[in-house]
Amino acid sequence: MSDTGEPILQLKGVSKHFGAVRALVKVDFEVRLGEVMALVGDNGAGKSTLVKGIAGIYRYDEGEIVFEGKAVKIHGPSDTADLGIEIVYQDLALADNLDVVANMFLGREEIRRPYRLNEASMEKASRATLDSLSVTTLASVRQTVAGLSGGQRQAVAVAKAVMWNSKVVILDEPTAALGVAQTRQVLDLVRRLADRGLAVVIISHNLHDIFEVAHRITVLRLGQRVARYEASETNQQEVVEAITAGTVESVPGMTT
Amino acid sequence: MSLASDPEGRAPESVVEVTNPTVREYLDAYWTRVKSGDLGSLPIIFGLIAIAIIFSSQSDVFLSAPNFVNLIRQSAGLILIAIGVVFVLLIAEIDLSVGFVSAVVGVSMTLLLRQSGPDWAWWFVIPLVLMLGAAIGALHGTIVTKARVPSFVVTLAGFLGWSGVVLILTTEFTDSGTILIRDDVVIGIANSFFSDFWGWVLAIVAVGAYAVLQLAKRRARSRAGLPVRPMLIISAQVTALAVVAVVAVAVANSDRGVPMVALLLLGALVFWSFIASRTRFGRHIYAVGGNPEAARRAGINVDRIRIAVFMISSFMAGVGGIVLASRLRSVDPAAGGGNLLLNAIAAAVIGGTSLFGGHGKVVSALLGALVIASLDNGLGLIPNLPSGVKFVVTALVLLAAVLVDSFTRRRQQSSGIA
Repeated sequence: MSDTGEPILQLKGVSKHFGAVRALVKVDFEVRLGEVMALVGDNGAGKSTLVKGIAGIYRYDEGEIVFEGKAVKIHGPSDTADLGIEIVYQDLALADNLDVVANMFLGREEIRRPYRLNEASMEKASRATLDSLSVTTLASVRQTVAGLSGGQRQAVAVAKAVMWNSKVVILDEPTAALGVAQTRQVLDLVRRLADRGLAVVIISHNLHDIFEVAHRITVLRLGQRVARYEASETNQQEVVEAITAGTVESVPGMTT
Repeated sequence: MSLASDPEGRAPESVVEVTNPTVREYLDAYWTRVKSGDLGSLPIIFGLIAIAIIFSSQSDVFLSAPNFVNLIRQSAGLILIAIGVVFVLLIAEIDLSVGFVSAVVGVSMTLLLRQSGPDWAWWFVIPLVLMLGAAIGALHGTIVTKARVPSFVVTLAGFLGWSGVVLILTTEFTDSGTILIRDDVVIGIANSFFSDFWGWVLAIVAVGAYAVLQLAKRRARSRAGLPVRPMLIISAQVTALAVVAVVAVAVANSDRGVPMVALLLLGALVFWSFIASRTRFGRHIYAVGGNPEAARRAGINVDRIRIAVFMISSFMAGVGGIVLASRLRSVDPAAGGGNLLLNAIAAAVIGGTSLFGGHGKVVSALLGALVIASLDNGLGLIPNLPSGVKFVVTALVLLAAVLVDSFTRRRQQSSGIA
């Protein structure tokens, strides 16, 4: 992916403090349509805080969120959804007792006439979305999520995210709990999202996975962006060094 | 928010190939589900058949027409209360107050109908006291959600408090505490019967409506290009329902006729099943029971759903309380006490509703209450049986139902992760 094109989502100098703890310090971040941007960093580097600011769970103390070239304010999760940004959290937030269709439409069910759920239309749309993502391992969209494997659940959660006209999909540790074959399926899925023209942000600890799918890599350390790479122009060694020893402008608690 | 409208948002129509299952494939799929632990209502239907066989071998009266009609009338109040309990269990909460809330509603109704008192008309009093029931539920639900007190404690307080209210209300106006109902319409709720003709009309309308709904659903799926169930299966189900309806009405008509309260039961079951499985509100109830965090993130107002469910529970307790008062033609300080609460919860659980939330159907209230009522009825017919046996047997059935639930759930989990 070349460096051309305007970013669809851009954070400019965002900071977030929790009391004396500085979780984010003037971080810049951006992602373009059609690319997979990896967000990496050690535990406590600020990845989750960054994503929660986009999700509307926190509000940044300073800095700007720019979406499609316009500065936007995100006051809550519904604002994020309205912009077309969907976040797939690590715990996936699926209801085990409901079937795949019910989960994909949870909270946004289609209604036919006064009060009835339009089951036929929802089932068709769910099937179509899963098919378009080449998710073929699901025998039936009417089986409950309780019976699905980890990879299948991840696929359902991702399909749920992309069904809603979304432009940006943020995936939090999508492969953390998966075996080899299922990780393969999910990474293929991530790549297909970008191929379809979506902007994808993937948070992961697994650099091997990241080098398989990411076009670009942003490294956070101690709440600051310490590096940004084109995946094709770097290697795991360099990224690991940035994660563990990247140059930060200011270290909390250290007066230099 | 609408569905993806960009051309890439959906797969082209032609990709979806429709292959309708044959009867053989459909039955095979059903058998696979049963084997993997999805038993549905099978255990309880076999249980009811076993109960019928055992008691009819012990007593000629059990399967007789008068006893069949009595069984419906005896279990009506319990079924209505258990419907509310099913909803509370679906969101993994509990309502211990339903017994005495039903009595508060029944007693309030009786007091407001008193000719020596307010002497209000039944069509005004009944909606009024049902609203009182719903308001009590709103109170419970609000405390549970806003103050974050476990529902067990809130409704335990309700259990004690509303039993006191029943005692106060009944002894305030009479010395004995027993207050008679004189209104013919209210007495008629549980004590009148359809003529043979209207009994048949009820059966035909019920079966016809079921058939029309099944066909409409099939047509909607077919039009949307989705696989549909084989026509033979649908006609077999409609035929089975028709046979049950015809036998039930024929038996009832050979006695006093179909009890009017059966229509109320049917209406309540259909209405609440529709709410639970066909509306957005019902879907959200299951979601809150299955994964409250997922529901919250999906934008569902979890607290509002919880409060509404406690309102349903108390409202249905009130409906049951009216039916119970009507059947006895009076209320007294003991109303709502005894085993009513425990039987209502046991009915929902025996019927297949999980105590852990998210699993269960409204119809389980009917099936479970029928098991409890027929055990009660059948054991009462056996001469010289110590009354303690009744409780022991009911306890064993409850335990068996929970064991079946726990066993099938584990089976489902182990076979589900393929």
